[in-house]
Amino acid sequence: MKIVVDYDLCESNAVCMGIAPDVFEVRDDDFLYVLQENPSEDMRDKMLEAVKRCPKQAISIEG
Amino acid sequence: MRDDLERIVIVGASLAGLSAADAIRSAGWDGHLVVIDSATELPSDRPPLSKQVLAGTMEPAAAVQPLTARLDELDVDLVLGRRVEGFSVDDLRLKFDNDHEISGDGVVIATGGMPRHLPGTESLAGVHVLRTLADSLAIKADFNAAPRRVAVVGAGFIGAEVAASARGLGLEVTMIDALSSPMANVFGDGMVGKYVADLHRVHGVDVRLGVGVAAIEGESGDGARVERIVMDDGSVIDADVVVVGIGVVPNIDWLEGSGLTLGNGVMCDETLLAAPGVVAAGDVANWLNPRFGERMRVEHWDHAIDQGAAAGRRLLVDVDEGEIAAPYAPVPWFWSDQYDRKIQMAGRPAATDECVLIDGSLDGPVAEAKFAVAFRRGDRCTGVLAVNRPRIVVAARMKMMESLDWSHVVGPSA
Repeated sequence: MKIVVDYDLCESNAVCMGIAPDVFEVRDDDFLYVLQENPSEDMRDKMLEAVKRCPKQAISIEG
Repeated sequence: MRDDLERIVIVGASLAGLSAADAIRSAGWDGHLVVIDSATELPSDRPPLSKQVLAGTMEPAAAVQPLTARLDELDVDLVLGRRVEGFSVDDLRLKFDNDHEISGDGVVIATGGMPRHLPGTESLAGVHVLRTLADSLAIKADFNAAPRRVAVVGAGFIGAEVAASARGLGLEVTMIDALSSPMANVFGDGMVGKYVADLHRVHGVDVRLGVGVAAIEGESGDGARVERIVMDDGSVIDADVVVVGIGVVPNIDWLEGSGLTLGNGVMCDETLLAAPGVVAAGDVANWLNPRFGERMRVEHWDHAIDQGAAAGRRLLVDVDEGEIAAPYAPVPWFWSDQYDRKIQMAGRPAATDECVLIDGSLDGPVAEAKFAVAFRRGDRCTGVLAVNRPRIVVAARMKMMESLDWSHVVGPSA
């Protein structure tokens, strides 16, 4: 599973960070950093939640 | 999971309804899932309607809800363009506007709300509310017929976003609110409302506060067009386009006589249950949030998704088999984009809560401000609001999910 963020869409709302802080981090510069591009399979439900609740629909999962 | 449910009917195909469908399928329930909406097309995603669609930076067709692409996977029987006009909790039977009926073993009520209108303006051309894609396109068409003087009635988030979008198009904008500062009913008469008013003023909006609308006047005759707003202090605002953003009322008329308890929404318990086999979610649901110890009805985008999922899961809980129905205890969250500022809030403050600056400053140029405030009620933090500080809001939200204790959320120093 690979996490892909469309940074043209991302507005750093940080909802994803609230759902999975181990994977997504919005830093003090207010930009989103993906800490794990290939999270383990047991994170899939959380990743799907992040995809669904991103206000900009900027996150997708490959694989 | 309840194994006696053969059909679940979801009324409402917007965020909360589709999220309920998603949660029900994700839990492995494989019965007949019906989703009904009175709209003839799947409702669009709403946040862009007051921003990108009005600004012309997003094609209207691109404003689609997050779960749209997964509808096939969800295997739902989607019934569009049919209004449900009657319901009974006795047999969970729903009556359509064409007298057909359908019954479910479980029902999700997710009919949302509709914008409040100013009385007496329904027949005036150029007076709009904003809820649907059609509303947004009608406003945009009026904006495009420039030169237009725009008046926004109501300085809540919809009104403020429309005002910002109209200014972005170079239109002359007046924003009016009967309250003494924007959203004073939520944030009190302090820093937040003053900031929002100042932000709009530096961007060239004529902001009129603490004054009510006495009348909206226009030409006479059929298809008459709006010409001016007369305020209750006697002042007159000339306007060719009026956008009214004075709140949303929950769509509960169809539930009169259903046996459900109705008030400001469909009354639910802590677990979102409104009656046996009936749950509600989204703008229409009024439930007791145990985290805050108060009843609430929340109209935020993120909350509709979250609550829809929780309501869907609740229907599947087999209490008779000893399964526990979890209370639904979220920390609500929203964002609002105005000009290039991003306002976000986690929590549910009341106007009487103390508002404390916890990060940044309000002393510099308003248009470039970055700051965060927290709302305090006794020893609890009821909310954290920030402008262009998303990290602070999400961190506060995560802490509030653990405890609302003031020092836990904000730290001992503030």
